[in-house]
Amino acid sequence: MEYFLNEQQKTLKSLARRIAEERILPVRAELDEREEFPWGIMKDLAEADIFRIFIPEEYEGLGGGCFELCLAVEELSRVCSGVAVSYAASALGSFPLLEYGTEEQKQKYLPDIASGKRLAAFALTEPTAGSDASAIKTTAERVKGGYVINGTKQFITNGGEAEIYTVIALTDKARGARGASAFLVEKDTPGFSFGKKEKKMGIRASSTRELVFRNCLVPEENLIGKEGMGFIVTLKLLDRSRPGIGAQAVGLAQGALEAAVDYARKRIQFGHPIISLPVVQNMLADMAINVEASRALTYAVARTIDSGAKNFTEEAAMAKVFASDIAMKVTTDAVQIFGGVGYMRDYPIEKMMRDAKITQIYEGSNEVLRSTIAFELRKRKARRE
Amino acid sequence: MVCLKQVPGTPKVNIDPQTNTLVRQGIKNIVNPFDTYALEEGVRIKERYGGKVTAISMGPPQAEEALREVISTGADEAILLSDSAFAGADTLATSHTLARAINKLKQYDIIICGRQTTDGDTGQVGPELAEMLGIPFVAYVSKIEEIDNGYMRVKRMVEDGHEVIETPLPTVITVVKEINVPRLPSLRGLARARSAVIPIWTAQELGADKNMVGLSGSATRVIRVFFPQRVHHGEILQGDLEGQANSLIDKLREAKIISGS
Repeated sequence: MEYFLNEQQKTLKSLARRIAEERILPVRAELDEREEFPWGIMKDLAEADIFRIFIPEEYEGLGGGCFELCLAVEELSRVCSGVAVSYAASALGSFPLLEYGTEEQKQKYLPDIASGKRLAAFALTEPTAGSDASAIKTTAERVKGGYVINGTKQFITNGGEAEIYTVIALTDKARGARGASAFLVEKDTPGFSFGKKEKKMGIRASSTRELVFRNCLVPEENLIGKEGMGFIVTLKLLDRSRPGIGAQAVGLAQGALEAAVDYARKRIQFGHPIISLPVVQNMLADMAINVEASRALTYAVARTIDSGAKNFTEEAAMAKVFASDIAMKVTTDAVQIFGGVGYMRDYPIEKMMRDAKITQIYEGSNEVLRSTIAFELRKRKARRE
Repeated sequence: MVCLKQVPGTPKVNIDPQTNTLVRQGIKNIVNPFDTYALEEGVRIKERYGGKVTAISMGPPQAEEALREVISTGADEAILLSDSAFAGADTLATSHTLARAINKLKQYDIIICGRQTTDGDTGQVGPELAEMLGIPFVAYVSKIEEIDNGYMRVKRMVEDGHEVIETPLPTVITVVKEINVPRLPSLRGLARARSAVIPIWTAQELGADKNMVGLSGSATRVIRVFFPQRVHHGEILQGDLEGQANSLIDKLREAKIISGS
């Protein structure tokens, strides 16, 4: 399919593919088995300037947008989505800064994120606050010269590995969702430590960990935006990052489709390769149609965002929901085509199925996002658009 | 300074029955894999000590691709030595041509070559180049330990172990693949590679004597191409320095490698 990529985008796509095939492919099974954070690959990505693509040129980035990020995430995810999400989480952690940071904050942190010297992370979820993010309990109390943070964040991607964290905490408990604020917290700040490292079903190369704040004092200048803007920052950030989850799902599904076609051509049963069986052909055809459709939707949404659209909540949710549901279906069908060996860990396909599941859950569960889309539909009807 | 060559990217090549040289038409070319370690080491030296990495290659016009590739992986500049007069060169004529280019550039501290190419497999260009430039040479370097004050200390691989050698600069070294893991291109490197101007130096620009370059400057002709059998015959001499030197001379005489008294 022709997606009209410009020269830079083509270069990025082919370089990301090369890194995935030369550096990630040989180690992905081991990273998954050992639940090991892929520092070596993060270094390769950094040296190749892949962390620069989502940072503006003024801060030593290459000035790409949501679409460029999607291209990189898709290619990495085609080989290992655990690695891809570790990369993408650094982008997620830097978005609040990009959008609402002061010039000083940007100068201080963005060049290191662009060079890949330091990873970033975003911390919202808590044990009592998943889909209902307004139920967070972590507080940031105003004191002389700064804020004291107390509470525990859960399931934080890049937790323990990242050095720059964007943390959402309540500065005014009485105001609920309107009383939340976003803070930059650096690793090694006194009072900030790491709790349990989760053992996961999929994306096992990535780190998912608890962040524990006990009277953690952060300086005043680490507040992102204004007090009370925490949830505005969060909603904006998630709208912007959801196509990235779509791209992760597209890459995963693409990888599974390619593996399934390859296997179906080689696997001989009843004297013929199983790809000659109509039932297998139908499955592969549906997989291919769905992968291409989710790619087209994801790219279109990413480009809508990059074109400067103001409100893209609905579109971003569509890309994420559609592509992740497709990734789950395609990877499940790919395991089915592999049959018995597909269920075994010696083959890469069961990992893809395990990796796919999270894309339907995180950054807004597909159920919550469907209701978000429905809400937008009702709003539009009410406005008689 | 890094010398490199573009080679066929596949082991399935044909030999021209007339000239016994490689048929290069219709094959995707790559940078000689051994030379990528040379380039990477050059870039690492630059990152550690400063300086500039210049890549030089002799080859047909399409070898420019190889030079753009090394710019994308860290070389600062690249020069292509290309002229129909250079065609058909053996290692002697190649080294002569490279040496002229390096002399023309004047300023250099370290010249790094891959241990050998994957097409010709001779491993001769590095040492020949050092000889022609009249500077020291260390082969099979597996680690650069230190560069300081006009000297460089390196570890080189020998048949059954390592040697640590200190050499004054400038010097020529050839490196083995154990020395590093070459990096992949970077996006900024690729952008630089796209727009880089790669000068082409011809025989005239090098002031080269036509009888010293290309086929006419070659002292050898390829008669037959085959895989040699590997024989290991390493022997460590014992005794004091003088005794070792004497027994080495005796052995070389015995083997008729040297003659006279």
